[in-house]
Amino acid sequence: MSDGRFFQTTKRGEIHELKEELHSANKDKKKEAVKKVIAAMTVGKDVSALFPDVVNCMQTSNIELKKLVYLYVINYAKAQPELAILAVNTFRKDSLDANPLIRALAVRTMGCIRLEQITEYLVEPLRRCCKDQDPYVRKTAAICIAKLYDISPELVEDQGFIDILKDMLSDGNPMVVANSVAALSEISESAGKNVLPMNENTISKLLAALNECTEWGQVFILDAIATHTPTSARDAESILERVTARLSHANAAVVMSAIKVVMRFLDRITNTETIRSLQRKLSPPLVTLLSAEPEIQYVALRNINLIVQRRPTILATEVKMFFCKYNDPVYVKMEKLDIMVRLASERNIDQILMELKEYATEVDVDFVRKSVRAIGRCAIKLDRAAERCINVLLDLIETRVNYVVQEAIVVIKDIFRKYPNRYESIISALCENLDSLDEPEAKASMIWIIGEYAERIDNADELLDSFLESFHDETPSVQLQILTATVKLFLKTPSSTQDMVTKVLKMSTEESENPDLRDRGYIYWRLLSSNPEATKQVVLADKPTISDDSYSLDSSVLDRLIDNIAMLSSVYHKLPEAFVTRLRTVQKGEYEDEEEEEEEEDKVARLRQEMKEGPAYESDEEDERDRDRDRDRDDESSGGEPTDLLGLDDTTTTTTPTAAAPTVPQQMVLNADQPGQKGQRGLKVAAALTRFRGSIVLQMTFGNMSQMPLSGWAIQFNKNPFGLAPGGPLQVQDLAPGQTATASLPVTPNQLLSNNPPAVPLILQVAVKTSLDVFYFNVPVDFGVLLVEDDSTDKDTFKDLWARIGEAKQVSVMAMAPQPLPSAQCIQTLAAVNIKLVAQRAADTFDSLYFSCTTTNRLVVLAEISLQKSGNGVKVVTRTEAGPLIPLFQAQVAKSLTLQRTG
Amino acid sequence: MISSILLINQKGEILIHRSYKGDVTRTEATLFCSRVVAAKEAREKPILSIGQCHFIHTTIGDITVVATTKSNANVMLVLKFLYRLVEVFSAYFGGQVDENAVRKNFVLIYELLDEIVDYGFPQILEVDILKKYITQGGMKTVDLNDEEQLKKLTVQATGNCSWRADGIKYRKNEVYIDVIESVNVLISHKGVVLRADVSGQIMVKCLLSGMPECKFGMNDKLVMNRDPRKANKGTAIAIDDCRFHQCVRLPKFDLERTITFIPPDGTFELMTYRITENINLPFKILPVVQERGRTRVECSVKVKANFAKNIFATNVIIKIPCPKTTAKAHLSNVGAGKAKYEPSQGGIIWRIRRFPGDTEYTLLADVELASSVTDKQWYRPPIAMDFQVPMFTASGLRVRFLSIQEKSNYKPVKWIRYITKAGSYQHRI
Repeated sequence: MSDGRFFQTTKRGEIHELKEELHSANKDKKKEAVKKVIAAMTVGKDVSALFPDVVNCMQTSNIELKKLVYLYVINYAKAQPELAILAVNTFRKDSLDANPLIRALAVRTMGCIRLEQITEYLVEPLRRCCKDQDPYVRKTAAICIAKLYDISPELVEDQGFIDILKDMLSDGNPMVVANSVAALSEISESAGKNVLPMNENTISKLLAALNECTEWGQVFILDAIATHTPTSARDAESILERVTARLSHANAAVVMSAIKVVMRFLDRITNTETIRSLQRKLSPPLVTLLSAEPEIQYVALRNINLIVQRRPTILATEVKMFFCKYNDPVYVKMEKLDIMVRLASERNIDQILMELKEYATEVDVDFVRKSVRAIGRCAIKLDRAAERCINVLLDLIETRVNYVVQEAIVVIKDIFRKYPNRYESIISALCENLDSLDEPEAKASMIWIIGEYAERIDNADELLDSFLESFHDETPSVQLQILTATVKLFLKTPSSTQDMVTKVLKMSTEESENPDLRDRGYIYWRLLSSNPEATKQVVLADKPTISDDSYSLDSSVLDRLIDNIAMLSSVYHKLPEAFVTRLRTVQKGEYEDEEEEEEEEDKVARLRQEMKEGPAYESDEEDERDRDRDRDRDDESSGGEPTDLLGLDDTTTTTTPTAAAPTVPQQMVLNADQPGQKGQRGLKVAAALTRFRGSIVLQMTFGNMSQMPLSGWAIQFNKNPFGLAPGGPLQVQDLAPGQTATASLPVTPNQLLSNNPPAVPLILQVAVKTSLDVFYFNVPVDFGVLLVEDDSTDKDTFKDLWARIGEAKQVSVMAMAPQPLPSAQCIQTLAAVNIKLVAQRAADTFDSLYFSCTTTNRLVVLAEISLQKSGNGVKVVTRTEAGPLIPLFQAQVAKSLTLQRTG
Repeated sequence: MISSILLINQKGEILIHRSYKGDVTRTEATLFCSRVVAAKEAREKPILSIGQCHFIHTTIGDITVVATTKSNANVMLVLKFLYRLVEVFSAYFGGQVDENAVRKNFVLIYELLDEIVDYGFPQILEVDILKKYITQGGMKTVDLNDEEQLKKLTVQATGNCSWRADGIKYRKNEVYIDVIESVNVLISHKGVVLRADVSGQIMVKCLLSGMPECKFGMNDKLVMNRDPRKANKGTAIAIDDCRFHQCVRLPKFDLERTITFIPPDGTFELMTYRITENINLPFKILPVVQERGRTRVECSVKVKANFAKNIFATNVIIKIPCPKTTAKAHLSNVGAGKAKYEPSQGGIIWRIRRFPGDTEYTLLADVELASSVTDKQWYRPPIAMDFQVPMFTASGLRVRFLSIQEKSNYKPVKWIRYITKAGSYQHRI
């Protein structure tokens, strides 16, 4: 019997047929039908329509059928969440089954259904299974906690599952321990905080399990131990005593993780004898990895590269083991070359050079080139071997194999730079190959050599001249070298090369379109025409020396890569944050194709919206002034009716009743070049906090300036004096690079109270999480936004309160308005920010206006604003019980009325 | 850890796609298929990233096995897991893992993938245990409704001896030990040994009842020197490095260098080792290759067997590379066996079925080259050799004892064989 035949049905009406079979009373027929459904699923056919029918088969004691149904449910739960809930009851029942395999299966599968709705039903069965008497169920439950964390971290933390996992580290069964370690590590990684703190107690539990658990479990445990920082040399030694035995394990992954622990802990050990003996222990297992499968070899070589950079003595005597075999895959050969150079020393250089010379005659061009480069690197690395390296390179040049010659010339240039005035005798041999050079890098190198040593090459001018004809066809790098070399030549032998230098300068400046070339040309030209002596000092100055260090990693980076031995990071030689982007995967479905279509529609819709609304960024002052003017005009036409300062025109909102507040001037709060938490850049945000119809709204415009699409949006506020908190989830569609999107988020006050008095200027600290990074920025908060509409202060209460607060708490300031301020305008403007007029009194020289306002946390601020009749002076007298609000209030008034403070 | 596992055929079609975390979509996987698998980029590194997704893969026959991840996963673990996954498949499919077998067994594969990985973490990959409770594939041995049996099963699967089941019974208790050595040699064209090492493998076939406690000993220099009585008995050898099966108690080896274990049932690889000192190369190759002008290459290859007269090497194959432009090869004086120019192999293949010790054979070849337009240099790949020498170890390793203790106190019959094979046995010319 084979399952292959299930793929062969392509008839129409298949779904219908399957449906019937699924309801068959015959168990075998049912089973066959489910298999057919799964076959269809495998080839990518959509059989989600059969969900209820398949789920119907779930209630069976037949474990084979049950497994098949579960497999189906995992796949389609996402597409049919309402129906998936139907399956929950069966899951719960199964988690109480007498059969441990079924209990485990139920918990495992429930965790795989990535639906938030299901999580609440999972909590109880999961908690029970963590304490199950059967180890198989417990080990499954441990992993399930990590699954649940991915869907709902809050739930896991609130329900104390992390502590349950920590308790499970003391379980008697090694696999339960190993899986708990794996789960805690996974949670630590996705939470960005360490939930598996290492202490003596934990370590000893882990070491005990290490000897007994499966090879995979050993890797989980070793990786966890590697995150521990030993408290002392003794601590490090005693742990390593238990770990080094793993170096003889058959599984390369166990070995590599053990090596990681040793490499990390070695730094703590002080006894040189212990260090030496540990280092000696590392070498054989590393070499053995080289006889494994090529893929393993590759990973091992990338790691060895790091290890020998950190501790060069470890493999110092083993360079032979890194010689390439004829049939090694190219990616292995390339890595071996790197390590050969790293291990090169006075003692083994002859052997290495013989090998490299051999490789330089092989078939694969890339490999040959890298071999030639390796010879050059050896020369630069080892002073005393430089001559031997040069001789090998000369031998290779004699083969006249085009790419070998060119590569050799490139490296000889570096050797000349490292050891000036030592090997120039070979220049003539190089010059013989001038005609065969066709690659820019080789050409540029050769021209550099000619220019640098012009005085020793008899026909340097002729040689350079031969490049001039094709000057305009050369690549910029070659052109730059020709220019510099000609100037050098001229400075050395001015008499004969005057014409040539003029020609080159002309070609580089007047006839070239390359700005770099033109710049350099003009600089030389001016230097030469103003002060030839100075030119000499500039152009013929000593060059900084070069070394082989350029191939080595920065030591702090190296240390962190050593921490990541065996991980992806060690293969890429990049820190994890450089390539791992944390995705909140919950929102992501399996069926991306559909999603993409939706996204397309979204894009279209947004484009239309944008066209209607105009560009999203409007924070220029210019605009604001325009608006002011508009407002003034409005005032006239509508006969002084109150107008919304923020331009919140009701008519626009009635046409789009469901839409949030219309766009208001937003300020740029995050530039694309400001890094996020992990140092990623590329999110641009403009934002404004506004008050709209009695509630606060945070309007934002996001621009994706990164190279990656952004998704997984979420937002958080820091605690703040008025307790502003997001009133809902941040809804932004996935943003392709270069796209922008707007979002408005309802904000609820009095939630996230910081219990600190507000500062001036008042800001709201916001964190936006995306798939790229977490970004932090500050949104300025206008005091007006925090003022409620229903301020109930009337004349009498005002008087009472004013008197009660007393003069002691009164603050008054003097200010100037740009022009005389009519009281009507003042009242209107302040009313727009919910600072209400309570009373008004006219005196001879000024009008006194009495205002009151109430904040979201029901604090009242009273003010008397006096407007000078004959001039533009304004006096603001404020009284409130809540002193810290005064500066905010003053700032708001000043902003609304565009006042300039005078005292 | 692992986000999803994929099996892909040579055309780049996804045969199996099992997602564990839901963060890698099928679309992303398809991208990998079209760019890497279908493009047949043999040069591709085994680990590469497309977009934000990282692909770790290996190709076995016509199937590419891929693990995807979006986190900083342990690559060594993932790769090792992929190899083991293929081993599990092959145990179920009867040794053959190819597209056909995958298509035939997809339900089984899904069940296996569900059982051996949970949320991207490898779980139980011991075939003997899996066979007890995996329902598909018709190999299930435990009645999944019997609670007693289930209890034993789950404890064993998760316990500290997951490789051996309880209650194994044999009428006749036997152990077969095979010491298999592969010699890797690289000799320069001047005849200097650039590198020579032996990678050895000790395969054990255990047909033993109950839970036998085994102790294994070799002529390991470190052990022999410790015990003065044994120091003179035969030659001891220095083992550079050894690795043991999961069943061997590593702390005990680390401290005392004794190899103790409870073996799995059936055949398993007890240990692998590597030796670089004092290696007896079984064959010496003495080639003389001369390019005579542009149209002729003269080869003379002498092969000498360096082992005792009373043993034979079998299936000796010597591959002598010839330039691509070879038109004809005149082979004269073939000392033994048969030799023939095989264009598909890119050289002369010289086969000698039986090669007695302490003898030497010579082959003379006169290769005619067709004149070609491009005057390309011949890159001279190395001469490669393949052979098997039974009853010989290039390293000199000998098994000294295997003691077995079991409750029922049976005396098992022990058999031992040695064989040396060619690993990468090359002589540059």
